[in-house]
Amino acid sequence: MHSLSKAIITGSCYRAQVARSAALRKCIPSTDTLHNQADQTMALQFEVLARFNRARASRLTLPHSQCETPLFMPVGTQGTIKGLTSTQLEDIGCQIILGNTYHLALRPGADLIDELGGLHSFMNWPRSLLTDSGGFQMVSLLHLADITEEGVTFQSPVDGKPMLLTPEESIAIQNKIGADIIMALDDVVKTTTTGPRVEEAMHRTLRWIKRCINAHKRPTEQNLFGIVQGGLDPQLRDTCVKGMVALDLPGYAIGGLAGGEEKDSFWRVVAQCTAGLPEDKPRYVMGVGFPLDIVVCSALGADMYDCVYPTRTARFGTALVPEGVLKLKHASMAADFRPLDETCSCMVCKRYTRSYLHSLVTKEAMGSQLVSYHNVAYMMKLSRDLHHSILEGRFPEFVQGFLRKQFPQGDVPEWVCNAMEVAGIDISMCCAPLK
Amino acid sequence: MKLVVRYRCGECRARAGLLYLGNRSHVLETPCLLLCTRKGLPTFIPPDLLPSIHPDALALHASPLHFFDSPSAKTLASAGGLHKLISLPGYTVAAIARDFVCIAEHGSSNKIGASFQTPFGRRTVKPVDYMDVINAMQPDIWASLPDEVPSWVTHKRNKQSVERTLNWLDSCISLKKDGMESGLGCIVGGNSVEERGFCAQEVAKRDVSGFCLSGFGLGESAEERGLLLEAIMKNLPDEKARQISGLDLPEEVLQAVSAGIDVFDSTYPHSLTMSGLAMVFPLDMEECLSGRTSENANDVGSDFTKINLRAVAYRNDTSPILESCRCYTCSKHTKAYINHLLNTHEMLAQTLLDIHNTHHYMNFFQAIRNAIQGGYFADFKAWFASRRQAVNEGILVSSAA
Repeated sequence: MHSLSKAIITGSCYRAQVARSAALRKCIPSTDTLHNQADQTMALQFEVLARFNRARASRLTLPHSQCETPLFMPVGTQGTIKGLTSTQLEDIGCQIILGNTYHLALRPGADLIDELGGLHSFMNWPRSLLTDSGGFQMVSLLHLADITEEGVTFQSPVDGKPMLLTPEESIAIQNKIGADIIMALDDVVKTTTTGPRVEEAMHRTLRWIKRCINAHKRPTEQNLFGIVQGGLDPQLRDTCVKGMVALDLPGYAIGGLAGGEEKDSFWRVVAQCTAGLPEDKPRYVMGVGFPLDIVVCSALGADMYDCVYPTRTARFGTALVPEGVLKLKHASMAADFRPLDETCSCMVCKRYTRSYLHSLVTKEAMGSQLVSYHNVAYMMKLSRDLHHSILEGRFPEFVQGFLRKQFPQGDVPEWVCNAMEVAGIDISMCCAPLK
Repeated sequence: MKLVVRYRCGECRARAGLLYLGNRSHVLETPCLLLCTRKGLPTFIPPDLLPSIHPDALALHASPLHFFDSPSAKTLASAGGLHKLISLPGYTVAAIARDFVCIAEHGSSNKIGASFQTPFGRRTVKPVDYMDVINAMQPDIWASLPDEVPSWVTHKRNKQSVERTLNWLDSCISLKKDGMESGLGCIVGGNSVEERGFCAQEVAKRDVSGFCLSGFGLGESAEERGLLLEAIMKNLPDEKARQISGLDLPEEVLQAVSAGIDVFDSTYPHSLTMSGLAMVFPLDMEECLSGRTSENANDVGSDFTKINLRAVAYRNDTSPILESCRCYTCSKHTKAYINHLLNTHEMLAQTLLDIHNTHHYMNFFQAIRNAIQGGYFADFKAWFASRRQAVNEGILVSSAA
């Protein structure tokens, strides 16, 4: 195992890395050759700069910005990340943020956004945006949503009228919103669902992606990602991966996870999918999540993540720290004069103590803003650490350090150990010996 | 604390000057506006966006009453004072009890202490508790603990409030930490010209660095207020600073400036923000009179002073709140976006509105200072009043172009 502990940097990637560093120093655009196929139907470039086994550090170039993966994308549901301004998000280092199509189509409406020049212009966000298809929110937020071959039928939350979201309509809305990456409408089932419904959903997803492709009016400006479904069934997942890959999309997402399934099942699905998806396209695990999950998925070869968790948990007074979480409402925080995270250089950690934040959270709007700011900054730092540790050939050391901090007693969960074995990363020194 | 008066209005008591504070490297230009805070920080404007509000936005109003629960006086003391707690060492902190969060309950106050309704329950605050917090805060400016009563209390209760306020002032002075500046003495007296005058005389005899005019904005009419202010002012030494709380509206501010007030804390920007309103009143008298500025307020709830950004009319309005405004909100965002944020109940709406409203009100104070310095303050005040009058009489109507 330890022979794999050196970073594997291929010749061309190494040259790419050197060229890139030199170019950055001189502020000249890099002249690396593209690793991707003909880009008439793509609006992105994805370049793997370094690897460690399955993990990769890459550069993702989108119409509005250049990003480094692995990366986390904060969720700005309604065109804003709770309480944070565009300038603050830029300062923190966010490159891509999410908007939810369902919410935006309701308010302010896709036509209005289009009329005002697209979501970038509407919210004045100069970097990249990703919109989801709207399907997931519908199924999870609406009581009487029903899925047929045509699309998702639901009751409008505004006036109760029956409405239908088809793949064509979802893409049309997303074309109006104008995000750099748009998601196909998929038939997503709960991971706890069993039986023929799972297979039906997977096949339908494959039929719908083709309809999405046909409906997509702006392929040179917006990248349509397909979403791999199939529940927890390896065969279904395999069929779906193959079907998606055959369509040669700009990028692929692994969907239908992060919904309450056993972690042991979760990582296996991610591992299987990343193994089957093409090397030279980005892989996005939807709805992930906890820092630990992101580290594991990155070790298994995923590149992009999104989750409401960091911002949502901030509003309840929970801060993300290397050791895990800090529950700021706890009485012990009242006399704790340390910053949230001594290793964090964000505006909040440079200025404020846990004690002061304890008095603000859940009571003052400012408490929510400050902890959200830190949590998003934490996730961006995690992204940078993942990218740079892979790039600089010290990914295993990073993973080991991360796990030691989170599990100082050595009680690393078994699913993490299993996943890291498949990822080829030795974490034996982080785990307490079995009795 | 030292006030240097540089300009005076010929027709009234208004004055413009510079307020020098002990440890501060900056000087406050008066009349000046303090920003309202909750537990030390502004309600919605985070510390990294604070510097961009306005070059004058360097002074905060922090009520000691926020520090009777969490954070406590002890936490403040451990942190080394409020400046350190909020990590804004370069800012001026004024610790004055009266604010928009903790409401005085004059019916429950007694001779031991003043009673307040706070977010953490009702508290009776004695001078010794009060000064514990003041000493722990280490503010640049502080005021004694007043027994504020509204304008409709009985004569007896009013006299009682004067007596208590003077006793508590003496207690506060004796409890002050060594090395700390002397504070502002609170002047009460309700709606009684006699009590106001008496209280002012008494406070002026004490060792105070200035005066905190308390108990205003509690039911008195504008006319009554004018008389009460005059009764106070003629008993105060000219060279000491005067601060007033509880007056919000521009007209109230102008009236108080006329009477000779130097320092204000006003929650007008904040109350507009909470209602989804943005300040738009013109500040440049000459520009306005020459007809060079355009005004358009075209929906319900708007007049020429403020616009209601929740209104459907702004749904697709891609202009900023005010074309001429250089605040963060106006240079980055549109009315349409703020309209959307308000409709979706997103906190960013309040942050953006607070930034604009505070910036605009700061500009208003700058306009006041300019007018006093330029010798046309009386005209400026009259012009402002006439516009309001015109709106009330329907002369200045909204004009949707």
